[in-house]
Amino acid sequence: MEGEVAQLALMGKYIGAGLATIGLGGAGIGVGHIAGNFLAGALRNPSAAPAQMANFFVGVAFAEALGIFSFLIALLLMFAV
Amino acid sequence: MATEAESTGFAIHPMDQFVVKPLFGQNNIEWYTVTNVTMWMAIAVLAITALLVWGTSKRAVVPSRSQSIAELLYGFIYKMVEDVTGHEGVKYFPYVMTLFLFILTSNLLGLLPMSFTTTSHVAVTVVLALAVFLGVTILGFVKNGIGFLGMFWVTSAPVAVRPVLAVIEVISYFVRPVSHSIRLAGNLMAGHAVIKVIAGFASLAVVSPIVIGAVTAIYGLELLVAVVQAYVFTILTCVYLRDAVGGAHH
Repeated sequence: MEGEVAQLALMGKYIGAGLATIGLGGAGIGVGHIAGNFLAGALRNPSAAPAQMANFFVGVAFAEALGIFSFLIALLLMFAV
Repeated sequence: MATEAESTGFAIHPMDQFVVKPLFGQNNIEWYTVTNVTMWMAIAVLAITALLVWGTSKRAVVPSRSQSIAELLYGFIYKMVEDVTGHEGVKYFPYVMTLFLFILTSNLLGLLPMSFTTTSHVAVTVVLALAVFLGVTILGFVKNGIGFLGMFWVTSAPVAVRPVLAVIEVISYFVRPVSHSIRLAGNLMAGHAVIKVIAGFASLAVVSPIVIGAVTAIYGLELLVAVVQAYVFTILTCVYLRDAVGGAHH
């Protein structure tokens, strides 16, 4: 009985870690959206593009941070819980 | 870790590369123990010092390669600080430069085979991020007094939604050091773990040529990530600094 509970908890842990990685898909959508829109804007007005590179990277960083949080949850479930 | 390695079927566990071990035989790690983290941080600092001091010691009008690397790095960061934080922020350029060089060098050293990535540990990056967070907060209050709190009261929004926005702004302000540190550590840890996971498949003779190609490709991607993450950390530091020195109106 004790062993079964432990097995069940382990199963829940692994399933939870797997589910947590779904969040990375959202980060992928966000980063792709930013990069695509940046490219579209840069092709319309190439002379303004270099000045906006910093804003581009900041935007990517913010979008990516939320994906990294879900990756962190997965890591915590795998190695810390 | 040994039992985990057996259960996941890898000969070398992909997370083994992140284990902090003492350099000289002791088993327990105290705060003064010399570990591999200490060693790789020291190597990073020595590498930066060597590049900047030795590279610019034989100054010439036509720069040598090491001199031009040092000058390009200096000019790149100087321009970034000036562009993002404005003229007021240039005073803090040495700090930003130090952060950038330390993170960049640690990231790149971590890509050497058998080396240790100090910046893949949240314990390391959280110190860097908290230093920025506390520094910016203190600087903001010193420069703007209590008016620094006006940053949370968005005057460009309608009065009705301002309290709601203020709550959101306060929360996002305190999440800053978390995302700032986790982004760097998470990116590097994920990248290095992916390399090791894929390299683990190389033991199957059938797929090993594909695996070697894949590892090479991901290694190239990791070089890009190492540089971009150092850049992102630095530019976010500049963005936070702008809040403190320039106020919201800039």
